[in-house]
Amino acid sequence: MSENHEHKHHILSIKTAGIILGLLLILTAITVAVSRIDLGFMNVAAALALATTKALLVILFFMHMKYENRFMQAIVFLCFLLLAIFIGMTFFDLAYRGG
Amino acid sequence: MSNTHKDYAGAKLGMWLFLFTEVLLFGGMFVLYAAYLHEYRADFHVGGKQLDVFIGTLNTVVLLFSSFAIAAAITFIQQGKKKLAVNFTYLTIACAGIFVINKTIEWRAKFHHGIWPDSPHLRELSHGENIFFGLYFLMTGLHAVHVIIGAILLSVMVWFMKKDVINQQDFVKLENAGLYWHIVDLIWIFLFPLFYLVL
Repeated sequence: MSENHEHKHHILSIKTAGIILGLLLILTAITVAVSRIDLGFMNVAAALALATTKALLVILFFMHMKYENRFMQAIVFLCFLLLAIFIGMTFFDLAYRGG
Repeated sequence: MSNTHKDYAGAKLGMWLFLFTEVLLFGGMFVLYAAYLHEYRADFHVGGKQLDVFIGTLNTVVLLFSSFAIAAAITFIQQGKKKLAVNFTYLTIACAGIFVINKTIEWRAKFHHGIWPDSPHLRELSHGENIFFGLYFLMTGLHAVHVIIGAILLSVMVWFMKKDVINQQDFVKLENAGLYWHIVDLIWIFLFPLFYLVL
């Protein structure tokens, strides 16, 4: 089985990896800059949106998820979806509690 | 050459399944953080202001660069450039070292100010601030343990590359060690804004 697949692996080019690193560093700079401005609750939302974007870049490129087969992509997506539901539902509960 | 059956897809899948448990382990703590942030917004703000944004940012840059370095090491081993692959793995381990040193400096400064889990000073502070620092030590501490484990794992990978256990044809071990390292980076990507930049 494995012999047939040996040359089918996608190799991430150093150039692409470098561009991703550059984007991650820019997003980090933006994260720090945005946190210095008081936007109320939007600060948390902005920080999480930026962190999620960074996480996506790491997962898709550094972790090769963009080049994996559909099955792997589906289970990784499912895992993070479950986490999002877990965190999201907790927040819906907390946000609408009285007192 | 050898008759040993190597299941590339199985090895990758196994690693990802393990990583899911890591994601959920930290996920549980992130939920705890979220719930307490909601309840003690002002206290978390006061707590966050006491953390060193410079060291936090520096460690973020170090980990992002290390993630790039291990991704590059995997590219190099796939291209048959073993020496570069080994050197970039060393670079990743060096970044792990810098991260842990920075973390140690940071924690020592906190201890110096009388802040450690359940310290007398912390008990005098507000409930929310106490919880903030409790979560800070728990989450960054567990993360630092992962950084150390990752560095050990990558050191073993260097040894494997030198012994030719990992080579251009068979590199899934390095890829899986890389995946572990990226998860360590991913967790920090969320820890950093939540603790150091909280408003």
